[in-house]
Amino acid sequence: MIRDQEFLNQILDTISRFVRDRLMPLEAQVAEEGKIPDDVVQEMKELGFFGLTIPEEYGGMGLTMEEEVLVAFELGRTSPAFRSLIGTNNGIGSAAIVFDGTEEQKQKYLPLYASGETIGSFCLTEPDVGSDSAAVKTTAVRDGDHYILNGTKRYITNASRAGTFTVMARTNPEIKGARGVSAFLVDADLPGITLGPVDKKMGQAGSTTCDVIFEDCRVPADALIGGKEGEGFITAMKVLDRGRLHISGVSVGAAERLIGDALKFAMERKQFGKPIAEHQLIQAMLADSKAEAYAARCMVLEAARKRDQGHQISTEASCCKLFATEMVGRVADRAVQIHGGAGYMAEYAVERFYRDVRLFRLYEGTSQIQQIVIARNMVRDAS
Amino acid sequence: MKILVAVKRVIDYNVKVRPKADGSDVDLANVKMAINPFCEIAVEEAVRLKEAGTATEIVAVSIGPKQAQEQIRTALALGADRGIHVETDARMEPLAVAKTLKALIEKESPDLIIMGKQSIDADNNQTGQMLGALTAMPQGTFASEVKVADGKVAVTREVDGGLQTVELNLPAIVTTDLRLNEPRYASLPNIMKAKKKPLDTTTPDELGVSTEARVNLLKVELPPERQAGIKVPDVDTLVDKLKNEAKVI
Repeated sequence: MIRDQEFLNQILDTISRFVRDRLMPLEAQVAEEGKIPDDVVQEMKELGFFGLTIPEEYGGMGLTMEEEVLVAFELGRTSPAFRSLIGTNNGIGSAAIVFDGTEEQKQKYLPLYASGETIGSFCLTEPDVGSDSAAVKTTAVRDGDHYILNGTKRYITNASRAGTFTVMARTNPEIKGARGVSAFLVDADLPGITLGPVDKKMGQAGSTTCDVIFEDCRVPADALIGGKEGEGFITAMKVLDRGRLHISGVSVGAAERLIGDALKFAMERKQFGKPIAEHQLIQAMLADSKAEAYAARCMVLEAARKRDQGHQISTEASCCKLFATEMVGRVADRAVQIHGGAGYMAEYAVERFYRDVRLFRLYEGTSQIQQIVIARNMVRDAS
Repeated sequence: MKILVAVKRVIDYNVKVRPKADGSDVDLANVKMAINPFCEIAVEEAVRLKEAGTATEIVAVSIGPKQAQEQIRTALALGADRGIHVETDARMEPLAVAKTLKALIEKESPDLIIMGKQSIDADNNQTGQMLGALTAMPQGTFASEVKVADGKVAVTREVDGGLQTVELNLPAIVTTDLRLNEPRYASLPNIMKAKKKPLDTTTPDELGVSTEARVNLLKVELPPERQAGIKVPDVDTLVDKLKNEAKVI
């Protein structure tokens, strides 16, 4: 759903221009230094990039799902590190409060997330808890007016910048699955929280992840999101569809960028007396990439519209995540292939993107998890 | 102090411009349009003057089709206070634009008019100068620095020989050059707020301005494709070729 086309066009224009003129020229530097320059972080705050999905009444833009994926298409065109910086405030880092926070929690935190003054980080994954995400081992034990948190969270995006952590912790050890898990909004400066060293990753340099370790960390009882135990995991699942469509949108943007780079190279590079873009085997790779990226774009938009209309789109979101992220993997592979030897060199962006987009098939549910979700839903709906 | 800023809707500077198949004009079908970069610099300068406390109100004007309101909204998002859209589908020549602006100046009585030195579509570089003649206001064209103080504006101009600074009595006209400033990006919350800022519409007719064309557009075509250059081994060969082949020296 697009609320106001002219208004949206202006937003998309601003974002695409910022991506093209400001962020793209910094890609190599960010990859080299593993850090987004502070002034760019500040600019992104001032431009309102951190509050895209936060409701208008709390200082955000309140983008609909369709609007959000259109923005994701634009953000996907540059290094994912930039998107990752604003990703948690616009997604998993703020969503628990948006969906299930008390009015007091919303008033306190959402304006800070929207302005980027506070970075929200989301702590679900643990050393032994990945795809089986309901098996959370971190514990939260009630002690008077407090809960005491113990456990280790792994690969936590933006943890080093975070002002708050949304922490999934088991409040009821009797209940093994999701119902025993609660969500807490934990201020990052509380005693008992330590960060592990920054993870060394295959790609997406500039986006930082690390372990977050809770050791007898006392959090006030009102940090329990929604004020009710056992709702945490259900809360986390509410944001899944949105996150999956968002990542699908970013994958489409990245694919379109890769196709643009590959096409430009193919039109300039000459072999056998003509630009390689005129050789049919190169053309096949370009055409397949274009068709697949277009298919993913259409899927993502269709699913986003459906969600805006209030439909349950768990199957569609997983279909999009599965197809779009696998698609961008194939497109990145072809983009490197079209570049030939040059595509293996760090001088060309396709080499970096090839590594960067690999993550899309892993997080927010691996491709295999998406397959399971889709098939399970199919069987359930048919029985 | 009140500032009037003129903004023009033009083809986005990143778009590769193509003529229509029949050569009658530039092909605008499905082409991304944007605010003229020089006009954007003009808006930025006005906003900076307002932020510095020198200006109190910024009025953004655009003359053109209905969609030109998008460019006014952009100016509003950048910091202008209100907009005036002069709606016309006519192909507006610099003189018609200058006359329209003059009519608006008579209504609005701004102290300073800031506009781009030219638009990147037709590259006429005439409107500011014509407006100066029509209104008898002093003009400072190709500005790379603008300082307002004590009812005067000092404009540093980029001229062929270097920089020239002129001092003008207000009200005055300033046209912007590229190096005057680097325009900001409109923040998303400001784009949202701009939706609520006032935007009045009028027409050249209502302002009593004729939009009649004085120049006939005969044909639009691409420049001839450039031939590849050659490398010469030394200066002597170069001079020889310039003398005997190119016959330019």
